Amino acid sequence: MGGNDKILLAHGGGGRLTQQLIDEYIVPAFSNASLNDLGDAASLDLSSNKICFTTDSYVVKPLFFAGADIGKLAVCGTVNDLAVSGAKPFAISMGLIIEEGLELAAFKTIIESAATAARAAGVFIAAGDTKVVEHGSADKLFINTSGIGTRIPGLDVGFSRIAQGDVILINGSIGDHGMAILAGREGLRFESNIQSDCAPLNGIIQTLYEDDCLRPAIKFMRDATRGGVAAVLNEIARSADVSIEIEETKLPINPAVLAAAEMLGFDLLNVANEGKFIAIVQKEFAQKALEIMRSHPLGKDAAIIGQVGPQGDETIVELATAIGGRRIIQMPYGRELPRIC
Amino acid sequence: MLQRIWKAHNLMDLACKDLPCSLNIMEVCGTHTVSIFRNGIRPTLPANLRLLSGPGCPVCVTDQGYIENVLTLAGRDDIIIATYGDMIRVPSKNGSLEKRADNQNVKIVLSSMEALDIAKQNPSKTVVFVAVGFETTTPATAIAVRYAAAENIKNFCILSAHKTVVPAMEALLSSEKAKIDAFICPGHVSVIIGSDAYNPIVTKYKKPCVVAGFEPMQIIEGIAQICSQVAAHAPKVESMYHAVVTPQGNVKAKAIIDEMFEPADGVWRGIGVIKNSALVLRDKFSEFDAAKRFGLSDGHPEDMPGCHCGEVLCGLIDPPQCKLFATTCNPDNPIGPCMVSSEGACSAWFKYGRRKKRENKQ
Ligand code: SF4
Repeated sequence: MGGNDKILLAHGGGGRLTQQLIDEYIVPAFSNASLNDLGDAASLDLSSNKICFTTDSYVVKPLFFAGADIGKLAVCGTVNDLAVSGAKPFAISMGLIIEEGLELAAFKTIIESAATAARAAGVFIAAGDTKVVEHGSADKLFINTSGIGTRIPGLDVGFSRIAQGDVILINGSIGDHGMAILAGREGLRFESNIQSDCAPLNGIIQTLYEDDCLRPAIKFMRDATRGGVAAVLNEIARSADVSIEIEETKLPINPAVLAAAEMLGFDLLNVANEGKFIAIVQKEFAQKALEIMRSHPLGKDAAIIGQVGPQGDETIVELATAIGGRRIIQMPYGRELPRIC
Repeated sequence: MLQRIWKAHNLMDLACKDLPCSLNIMEVCGTHTVSIFRNGIRPTLPANLRLLSGPGCPVCVTDQGYIENVLTLAGRDDIIIATYGDMIRVPSKNGSLEKRADNQNVKIVLSSMEALDIAKQNPSKTVVFVAVGFETTTPATAIAVRYAAAENIKNFCILSAHKTVVPAMEALLSSEKAKIDAFICPGHVSVIIGSDAYNPIVTKYKKPCVVAGFEPMQIIEGIAQICSQVAAHAPKVESMYHAVVTPQGNVKAKAIIDEMFEPADGVWRGIGVIKNSALVLRDKFSEFDAAKRFGLSDGHPEDMPGCHCGEVLCGLIDPPQCKLFATTCNPDNPIGPCMVSSEGACSAWFKYGRRKKRENKQ
């Protein structure tokens, strides 16, 4: 077998192979006027000058896992960062750092899946870059995406708006993505039908803010990615200087995910999601927000999981457990390791 | 469920209300400790009912000498260390396996058979499996060694720190350091050894022994069961885990442990040497014994300075009584193994216990 089915250093050298990679793989997948020009910068026509701008890098291992892959993840992650910040995602850029030796077939699948995710989210890839590095200088493929979007008029989300009595919602089951990644990693060979929840959240968020009564009542949104729900809640408690109480029996949990987490000794509150967001809504509008979430496919298991407690007293996050006990939900730390027995 | 919880609490209240002093129940197993904290069980108990975390977290009780031996082996180019995840972060004065992981010769595995696979894939290196754990993990180690012997896989061996639970429970009772009134016996271990294994504790020491699973309801009902035994002055072995724990245990698993291993004196962190509490490979299989193959001795280096894991493991102190707890010692920078292991008492207190605002803000 020749080297033709793999990415070579020459694919990043700026010559014929680079051109081929762009012409045959990237442009057809992402095809849009801005990218097809292949200029040095994209020109964008935004509907407003109040914009949100974000960036994130994706280094997930393995590249493919149940329910998604790094391409879809890189698009959804950035789209979601914009959406929870109260912006309508418009365009994203994509920088690819490829380790030589990556199979072209895998590369193609990833690019196409990124393109599909972008279409589903209603954004386009406005600019891109490709670099190939020597074997060992990267782990197969790293993707950086940056995204730009316009602020939704009348939607004001931020820590400062959070107050005692506000209600905390989530759009579905927790920990699916993190456990899918673990299941996909070499070594953790447990049978599972666990799927990553990776999905663009701008659609479901739009259904919330499109409701004129609800829009001003939405006080805060955050996608619960790395560190899971526990990290988001702790950040809220700290930044808004409030305490938070969550009810264990209200947390949406997929039984297969729970079984895997228990086997490995993980707390699902600490496990990453890629299609879940926490919304904090003024109490009177919580039921309405829940109904709207549940009518969207990405929110059919949505739930009210807790409420915001008093300000300034003790900025802790507490869980009221199913058996009537209480315990702290701590900011997750470092990396969790599977336990022995 | 609410009714069961209510009934259990009634039993506890009844037993505890007239007690002259506190009722100290030790949960032997680290998985119980975590479940108790994760489910917020402690605050729901009567004020004079105390739960003590015991020596049932395999990473925590593994002594410092063993850790040093593993680190010594990890320093050699001709060796690959295959270990369960929790072990790699246990600190010593000479660093931890995690800090050496950049050598590429430390591999995390989830089973002993995976370690064997690594040996097959790397014929030019010797794979040393860090064989840690109680009766739950020992059968798997035994199977791997038996397989290696049958297939003549010479570049595989194990460094055994396998231990048995009951001798440690007896040692704690006979040392009389901590006041222990009853035991919640480990679920998984009891599946293997059977509930009859606790009979000596009841006959010799008159302490209730109740086997429970890890569901919060099982633990609460297990505690309630202990309370009724205390109230009736009738200590006995009971199992709440009927579905999987039999009096005899798993006869096949016990047989394979017995085929490959024999009891020996073992060193436990915090407790010291306990007679017949360790399992070492029988002479027939000594070529698979890393301690013999590499001439390692059972040194007893000191624990990390300032760390009180030993006292924590014996139920003598609660983790917050250690001065390093949540100050210099935390899960990102663990000083002792009880903060490293997800099953460790210090880690459970840190993660789920209520702490002062200052500590939360760190
Ligand atoms: S808090 Fe840290 S130093 Fe103190 S006993 Fe626990 S592990 Fe050791």
